[in-house]
Amino acid sequence: MSRRRPTRRAVRNGLVMAVLAVVAIGWAVPMIWALAVSLHPSNEPLSASNLWFGAHPSLANYGQAFGIAPFAQYYVNTIIIVGGILVVQLVTISLAGYAFARYRFRGQNLLFFLILLQLMVPSSALIVPNYSTIRQLHLFDTLVAVMLPYFGSAFGVFLMRQTFKSVPRDLDDAARVDGANWLQTLWHVYIPPARPAMIAFALSSISFHWNDFLWPLVVTNSAASRPLTVGLAVFTQLGEIGAQWPLVTAGTIIVVGPLLLLFLLFQRQFVESFVHSGLK
Amino acid sequence: MVHASRADARAAERRPHFGAVALPYLLLIPTFLFVTLFTLWPSVSVFYDSLFRQNEAVQVPQFTGLGNYVALFGDPGFQQVVANTFFYVIVTVPVSVAMALLLALLLNRKMRALGLFRLAFFYPVVLPMVSAATIWLFMYTPGYGLVNVFIELFGVPSQNWLGSPNLALPALMILGIWKQTGYFMIFYLAGLQGLSREVFEAADLDGASPLQTVRHLTLPLLMGTTLFVTTIAVVNAFETVDQIYIMTGGGPTNATSMLLFNLWQTLFSFFDTGRASAISVILIAVLLVFTVTNFLALERRATYE
Amino acid sequence: MVTRSPRWRSRLLLPALLSGILLAVGACGAGATATPSSVTLSFYYPVAVPGPITQLIDGYIAKFEQQNPGIKVTPVLSGGYPDTLTKIETTIKGGGTPPDVAVLLSTDLYSLVDSNAIQPLDSDIAAAGGNTFLSDFYPAFLANSRYQDHVWSLPFQRSTPVLFYNKDMFTAAGLDPNSPPTTYQQLVSDAQKLTKPDGSTWGIEISSDGIPYWLFQSFVIGGGSNVIGTAANQVTFDSPTVVKALQDFVDLSATDKVMPTGILQWANMPNDFVNGKAAMIWHSSGSLANILKQAKFNVGVSYTVGEQGYGAPTGGGNLYMLKGIPADHQAAAWKFIQFMSSTDIQADWSINTGYIAARPSAYATQAMKDYIAKTPQAAVAPAGLQYAKAELGTHDNAQIQKALGDAVQAAITGKSTPSTALAAAQQQATQILSAFKN
Repeated sequence: MSRRRPTRRAVRNGLVMAVLAVVAIGWAVPMIWALAVSLHPSNEPLSASNLWFGAHPSLANYGQAFGIAPFAQYYVNTIIIVGGILVVQLVTISLAGYAFARYRFRGQNLLFFLILLQLMVPSSALIVPNYSTIRQLHLFDTLVAVMLPYFGSAFGVFLMRQTFKSVPRDLDDAARVDGANWLQTLWHVYIPPARPAMIAFALSSISFHWNDFLWPLVVTNSAASRPLTVGLAVFTQLGEIGAQWPLVTAGTIIVVGPLLLLFLLFQRQFVESFVHSGLK
Repeated sequence: MVHASRADARAAERRPHFGAVALPYLLLIPTFLFVTLFTLWPSVSVFYDSLFRQNEAVQVPQFTGLGNYVALFGDPGFQQVVANTFFYVIVTVPVSVAMALLLALLLNRKMRALGLFRLAFFYPVVLPMVSAATIWLFMYTPGYGLVNVFIELFGVPSQNWLGSPNLALPALMILGIWKQTGYFMIFYLAGLQGLSREVFEAADLDGASPLQTVRHLTLPLLMGTTLFVTTIAVVNAFETVDQIYIMTGGGPTNATSMLLFNLWQTLFSFFDTGRASAISVILIAVLLVFTVTNFLALERRATYE
Repeated sequence: MVTRSPRWRSRLLLPALLSGILLAVGACGAGATATPSSVTLSFYYPVAVPGPITQLIDGYIAKFEQQNPGIKVTPVLSGGYPDTLTKIETTIKGGGTPPDVAVLLSTDLYSLVDSNAIQPLDSDIAAAGGNTFLSDFYPAFLANSRYQDHVWSLPFQRSTPVLFYNKDMFTAAGLDPNSPPTTYQQLVSDAQKLTKPDGSTWGIEISSDGIPYWLFQSFVIGGGSNVIGTAANQVTFDSPTVVKALQDFVDLSATDKVMPTGILQWANMPNDFVNGKAAMIWHSSGSLANILKQAKFNVGVSYTVGEQGYGAPTGGGNLYMLKGIPADHQAAAWKFIQFMSSTDIQADWSINTGYIAARPSAYATQAMKDYIAKTPQAAVAPAGLQYAKAELGTHDNAQIQKALGDAVQAAITGKSTPSTALAAAQQQATQILSAFKN
């Protein structure tokens, strides 16, 4: 009996692995195909018999894509947007998290609840009034407009409050004895142990805002403030003459290539930070 | 200020001192500035705006009470939008979560290729949805699109996915599931790795089949993770818009129009501010109901623990 | 251990941060200031075709600025047609500053007038020669420019749907490759000869996704009527000729079996054509260059048809001058509009993008003659403008176009009969349009 069980288990394991491998390949195929088609020459029509690289694969589509759309500008915009949001978020959530974690003050529960409302009402449901606000502030078509609604982060405040609460009170008292004011205490006592949480938050914020589409679509108009997502959407709308898949996939790879590369290199950190921020 | 001892320090804290009393409020001002301006205030103002008619024909807002809502609920087009949204939610959420759990269970073992598998399933999460939608728009091309090439291998003729009222929404669902399953999978993997091995070894010794183990042991232990990923999946589903914009524009004949897309289209294509505000209120209400009930369910579970 | 740092450091931190944010906001929000001696126009243009559009536009602007010292033009590529209209409409409605000149769809006219966004070009046109000036523009392209006795725009990047057909397949099927179909009946009979029984080739493919009303209008106009009349608040979706036209469209796949069933996608039509899956397609005149690049057979171009003969709607964008811009901007904007719609620019634009040039004189330029010598099919579309009529344009255009488009799709998918679908569309459109006086 016991001689058979390992074999059956081994067979079952092998089957499971095989099925998993097939599914995993299926999961990866869309990206692989897009990469192959981006090298397909544009004068060879795509067909069931000519699906992948074409007879003479070339990088010409990439050159053409760069000539049509200012991807470099889109990259710069996206980096500024994502970086700007993150920097301001780190400041606001640290201050607010510190206030909630460290102090007792009247109305603090109500104030905390009001901030948490942001978690329940996502910004995408508020594009109509927020768009009008941006208009009234005369900030339409600016990088700041894309960043502004996100400067306050309920998720971040929640995270920082949790993290700061776990800092032992003794350290705080010691600092106070030494004569530190609130800012020095925050900076020297609370922030250092919160660094992992802040990194997790940073990765989560960066990936959300890098991939944000609807809000930037609504508040940007020109290449000067357009991020990559909207730039790609504009690029794919050049369809009056029919689909140009080699060109469009090249544009898509230009947009996601670096992102995927970064992910490949820092896969573990990415995944861990998502889990960390989520489980909190 | 230097204090002689900790007791003095705490005493100093307790003494009312305007700076100290005001400090926490001051620290909250930056966050509150933005949360008020872009969450609290707009939630109220959008409700106010929804009570007015303001569109191409009525350029100056006219009070209409619940007129926009009545028009919306009586419009077969909007009814379909709501139906599509709910249909999308009740299909993609359970399927993504179940698949994620299954994949996590299968991958939860010592293997060298774990990193590769994780990469394959998780990379779609990292991509912007507009890029994924662009690639899948291509995949669904009749004739040579990979999806059709694949089904033709099994003898199923090539379909016009995005041009068929019956297949277009399922096509978007497949994309949604492909995109987010990896995300939930890693939460389940983390959850599984946190479970104690003794319980499972005991069950195995008792002769429990894998299916029984999962049903009676794993699932209940992972209930927290399940609640968490389900919440995210539901909210994501309600926020579906990028792929509709890129792939179908809401068609054919409203077959793929969903709440957020319809909201965007009503303001930015049809310039109907009053109606768009009403749709916003409806979307907010639905999300609030969901998150509140979810929160209460979590609280109840926490009290049982 | 905490080291004592000077109090001023912590005191300055927060205000510094806040003022930094405010400065950034201010800097980003501030617009460019124009020097008193020069006028800077802002020009929004959409892009719908892949190609070095930005470089072309920049080149034209450079030329214009050279010829007009004292006028500078800042171009803004604002996305596709819908995006451009959205940005401008919401700017106007939000009380912001609109651009000076914009390229928008010819059919956006009524929405723009309703929002009080544009100004008529009558006085400028009169000063430029009035009807003589206008006579060098194709009448079909001016069809969507007139409203309430004013002329509101000049054509810039225009197109029509045309018929592309595979001459080699025509020959193989025993049809004369130089006699493409001239009526709907002939289209059907030709398509029947071209459709292969094994389904590897269809006689004709006409898409119905995206903006389904556009290709449908060919059937209607080719049947001797149109879906609109002369009033901007009336449509004739349910008239017998329109119903017949939709029935004709539906029959191609439903009864004549010369077209695949379901809603075909515009984006895939040229690919099906060059792969030999479709012997004929209806597509934009602008798709010619791309099709010629990929096709390994002789490509013929002809016109779309209806019951009575050739017919097609126009399409594409015009140059508009926005309202509310200062007087010196208006004069400069008119110069720019004139420049961009001038003969040489139109010829160059057409050659490089595939749009039909807005004026007949562009086809008499040497550059265009050389181009047509190399690509004779490019002469077909402009010659067909005599059969072209106005595109569907009304108040609240987006919703009206959607109503008709939904009806076309409902009929094609068999969800409803042409008469039921069009009756519903007519009812919906009438209800929406009743709020507008003409």
